[in-house]
Amino acid sequence: MDGISELRAKYLEQIGTAADAGALEAVRLAALGKKGEIALKMRELGQMSPEERQAAGPVLNSLKSEIDAALKARKVALDDAALDARLKTEWLDVTLPGRPRPMGTIHPISQVMDELTAIFADMGFAVAEGPQVESDWYNFDALNIAPEHPARQEHDTFFMHRDAGDDRPPHVLRTHTSPVQIRAMQAQGAPIRVIAPGRVYRMDMDQTHTPMFHQVEGLAIDRDINMAQLKWVLEEFCRAFFELDEVELRFRASHFPFTEPSAEVDIRCSWDNGQLKLGEGKDWLEILGSGMVHPNVLRAGGIDPDQWQGFAFGMGIDRIAMLKYGIPDLRAFFESDLRWLRHYGFAALDQPSLPAGLSR
Amino acid sequence: MKFTMSWLKDHLETTATLEEVLYALTDLGLEVEEVTDPAASLGAFTIARVIEAVQHPDADRLRLCRVEAWPNGPDAPSEEVQVVCGAPNARTGLVGVFAPVGTHVPGTGVDLKPGVIRGQASNGMLCSERELELSDDHDGIIDLPADAPLGVRYIDYAGLNDPVIDIAITPNRPDALGVRGIARDLAARGLGKLKPLAIDPVAGTFPCPIGVEIAPALKEKGCPIFAGRVVRGVKNGPSPDWLQKRLRAIGLRPISALVDITNFFTFDLNRPLHVFDAAKVKGALRIHPAAGGEEFLALDDKTYTLGAGQMAISDDQGVESLAGIMGGAASGCSDGTVDVFIESAYWDPITIAATGRALKINSDARYRFERGVDPAFTLDGLELATRMVMDLCGGVPSEVVVDGAIPDTARSYAFDAGRVASLVGMDIPEADQRATLEALGFTLNGDQASPPSWRPDVLGSADLVEEIARVASLTKLQAQPLPRPQAGVPRAILTPLQLRERAARRALAGLGYNECVTYSFIDADSAALFGGGADATKLQNPISSEMTHLRPDLLPGLLQAAARNQARGVMDLALFEVGAAFNGGEPGEQHVHATAILVGANAGRDPFGSRRAVDLYDAKADAEAVLAAIGAPAKMQITRNLPDWFHPGRAGVMSLGPKLPLALFGEVHPRIIRHYGLKGAVMALTVLVENPPQPKARKTARGALSGNRLQAVERDFAFVLDAGVEAAQVVNAAMGADKALIADVQVFDEFTGDKAAAQLGEGRKSLAIAVRLQPGDKTLTDEEIDAVGAKIVAKVEKATGGSLRG
Repeated sequence: MDGISELRAKYLEQIGTAADAGALEAVRLAALGKKGEIALKMRELGQMSPEERQAAGPVLNSLKSEIDAALKARKVALDDAALDARLKTEWLDVTLPGRPRPMGTIHPISQVMDELTAIFADMGFAVAEGPQVESDWYNFDALNIAPEHPARQEHDTFFMHRDAGDDRPPHVLRTHTSPVQIRAMQAQGAPIRVIAPGRVYRMDMDQTHTPMFHQVEGLAIDRDINMAQLKWVLEEFCRAFFELDEVELRFRASHFPFTEPSAEVDIRCSWDNGQLKLGEGKDWLEILGSGMVHPNVLRAGGIDPDQWQGFAFGMGIDRIAMLKYGIPDLRAFFESDLRWLRHYGFAALDQPSLPAGLSR
Repeated sequence: MKFTMSWLKDHLETTATLEEVLYALTDLGLEVEEVTDPAASLGAFTIARVIEAVQHPDADRLRLCRVEAWPNGPDAPSEEVQVVCGAPNARTGLVGVFAPVGTHVPGTGVDLKPGVIRGQASNGMLCSERELELSDDHDGIIDLPADAPLGVRYIDYAGLNDPVIDIAITPNRPDALGVRGIARDLAARGLGKLKPLAIDPVAGTFPCPIGVEIAPALKEKGCPIFAGRVVRGVKNGPSPDWLQKRLRAIGLRPISALVDITNFFTFDLNRPLHVFDAAKVKGALRIHPAAGGEEFLALDDKTYTLGAGQMAISDDQGVESLAGIMGGAASGCSDGTVDVFIESAYWDPITIAATGRALKINSDARYRFERGVDPAFTLDGLELATRMVMDLCGGVPSEVVVDGAIPDTARSYAFDAGRVASLVGMDIPEADQRATLEALGFTLNGDQASPPSWRPDVLGSADLVEEIARVASLTKLQAQPLPRPQAGVPRAILTPLQLRERAARRALAGLGYNECVTYSFIDADSAALFGGGADATKLQNPISSEMTHLRPDLLPGLLQAAARNQARGVMDLALFEVGAAFNGGEPGEQHVHATAILVGANAGRDPFGSRRAVDLYDAKADAEAVLAAIGAPAKMQITRNLPDWFHPGRAGVMSLGPKLPLALFGEVHPRIIRHYGLKGAVMALTVLVENPPQPKARKTARGALSGNRLQAVERDFAFVLDAGVEAAQVVNAAMGADKALIADVQVFDEFTGDKAAAQLGEGRKSLAIAVRLQPGDKTLTDEEIDAVGAKIVAKVEKATGGSLRG
């Protein structure tokens, strides 16, 4: 067939120089459109002898494919060029601020309570709760603090109003979380393992005291729980809570009406230039009170002290939060200064867990 | 409880160092609070001699002293130092107290440095008593006898090298309120031997002229025994130096020999005594309950009015002493006392505590009697006191007069040597355990242990274990692992309500709120404004007028917090608290609320115009998010059944039926805003965390997802309505038009206000909804869609009285 190579050269040249999509389409119609030059040539095949057709057919088909591919390639090239041109006009100032997202915070008290829960849950302790207004029986008598006991005066108790004619002893704002021990024992019996975090109240307000603060109580009762195990639990707790490889605790004999024997627990620490470091040094810092639950307390909880025994401990949540996170002033915990809440608060997603670590 | 090391050694034969004693005390449960060790503060002050004192060439009042000092002790060679001294008594040959350069002088707080005073070198100081904080004397420097040992530490020479130890005594240990009790503990620990205490009764030479009688009402309990005797012909006056020094060391002011003797026994043996001037006592002493109303001038020069039942000691003239708490001024001893009546009695701790509390008297006697002194020592104490009175003041003793008898405190408890191991986890040989108990004064008889009369706190077998473990030292306790209650992976332990509190808290923080912890008690006005303030929620003894009532709601605390932040210039706030609100004053009358407030704008200014004032729809969305987080059902009713601290038109209650509110949201009442002095409107939400019903059973499997393959169709409708018609009426009516087909109805436009009134008529508004139709088994035809549309229009028009907007 004649003129094929001329055709190829002509259209490839036209495709290569087509300046835009319209020009390219015109080339396509001229070459491959219904009445295009190549289409007309294809139509001629019908009038050919079989021999001629055999020779011309593949040549024409190949030309058609080649032109078609060239058209497509040119189209992509033209599109890319157009996009590049558009992109040159599309510019935004990426240094402008992002759209505002509010950032909330969790109060250190709540965070530390969640940390305590994570640690003690792993040792089999559930979380018990009790009312903040307590009868004096639960707050004192049941805990082996008789009405005339000097310890009762040392509690700086807030009393609730009593109407004239109501001869019951006034209720109190619980002075410690220990009454939750009694309620938990009454509700669950033995064996039992609970912690009881919560608000407590004492009539005390100065540089280092607020009339409301937080405690966590721990209680474990079983057939043969002993004080050495109490020490282990507290050591494990301190190691996990303060996130230290080594902690050393010292048990020091003391007295609480609700435990016997009783011990105050100190943690080894150092003070360097007013900076406290736990787990090392020569000093001891008192962090909690503990002991073996007094038989009278077990009885008040409805548990037979000849069959069951166990330990209890109590510590200040605010205080261990201050120690762990270096928060200087207790009073600021309750002042809701936004600057403080943001500085000492925790992100909503920082849910403490043992595998992830208690804090970031 | 304060005492000195030398006082301790009166009772304890020991070679232990101060450090060892201090460690043992704290470890035994007698926690050391403070130690004042003169060797540490005054050890550098030595006795020196002024070789020559001459006038300072350039200062009238100063002298130049050549001082011979012994910087390396009296046995090493001396050195000569020049000191400029301003004391009038600085003179040649004076033997005084010298502090070399480098010494810290406690009385002035100055560290001595080499100095030049008016051109003359001065290297050290000759000291006055005030500079050593020994007295207020600053008239001159210490002037010692010429034979005082040169070069020796002054504290050793003056007998001042006696550390003062202050320990905290827990309420169970009255025995440790006497030095002897402390010595006994230390001896049991192995720090020495308790010295014997010889009681050598003094025979009376005449019958006691003052009789004593305990009223029958008190014999049983209040005052089981009252004893006394007269010592005739005493000479009262200042007590001897050793006694004064002891009392001063522990912070007591010496008064006179007779009074100092009673104070001495109070602290030495925990045996409070009282001395009457026998000449001022008229008739016999009666120990009786007060009738009430008696006035009494006590030794502290205050007049007390006795309450009925408080124990008094009276003579013919009236009340002479407040039993066991404080003596009376009228019958007190003075320097003129010639005949003294010494009282030794045992008083019931509970009665003493109640009286002391009621009259607000804190005395050393009350402190001890209310914790419990040794009743068996009542007569021994009297004998020892008699002897000391005779030793220090002379005189002739009468016979002892007694009413009542020493109460029986004998009791015994089973001693089981295995109990220390099973309860404490310490292995201590039985022989050691028995030795410890015996050293503490217990009597062991087979498997029974009887506590001594001075240990009223020991009331059971567990106390025996405590004593043994305490003396053995809990510091030595070795930790033992506590196995988990069940082997394997720990179970979940939080209760559904605890999980909800957590979810509410974390959800609110996630929504951008900052968690606060505010006080549970608020001021009376705030309580009343929020539906509380009843007497039942009032504190009897509030610590301030801002904290008088239990909070009935968490909003007042948050609003006060917002006002404080606004005062600091922080105007945009999102605060929340999760905690108890109190609806009464009985235990359990508290409920968990999750309350949040929004104040100011939703965001800071930015180029996108994000900033706008917060509104009730912010609060509503957040309330819904919290409810979703705590697992409340999605479908709720909205009512306006509001408490009056919300804006009456701009707040709502989400509830399940009319009786179960789940959350309140909306604008806080402008009157409340005004009360707290807040700037701008405040949006609030309270989620009643306990209220949403708990699902009946927890299961982890979800229902199958019913994804429909057929395309949903959405059609929009706009209605012209009375402005008071609520969107929920329109949505509910539209939803009800075809329950099978209509999957969802959303309000997407509201046209209201003046423009709407102008266009649609006064009091009218327009509301547009998008209705999504989800075909079930076949694609909807246009006719079917139109038919549903017509039903929707009809339903809405009927329910609201409105009409489709043309």
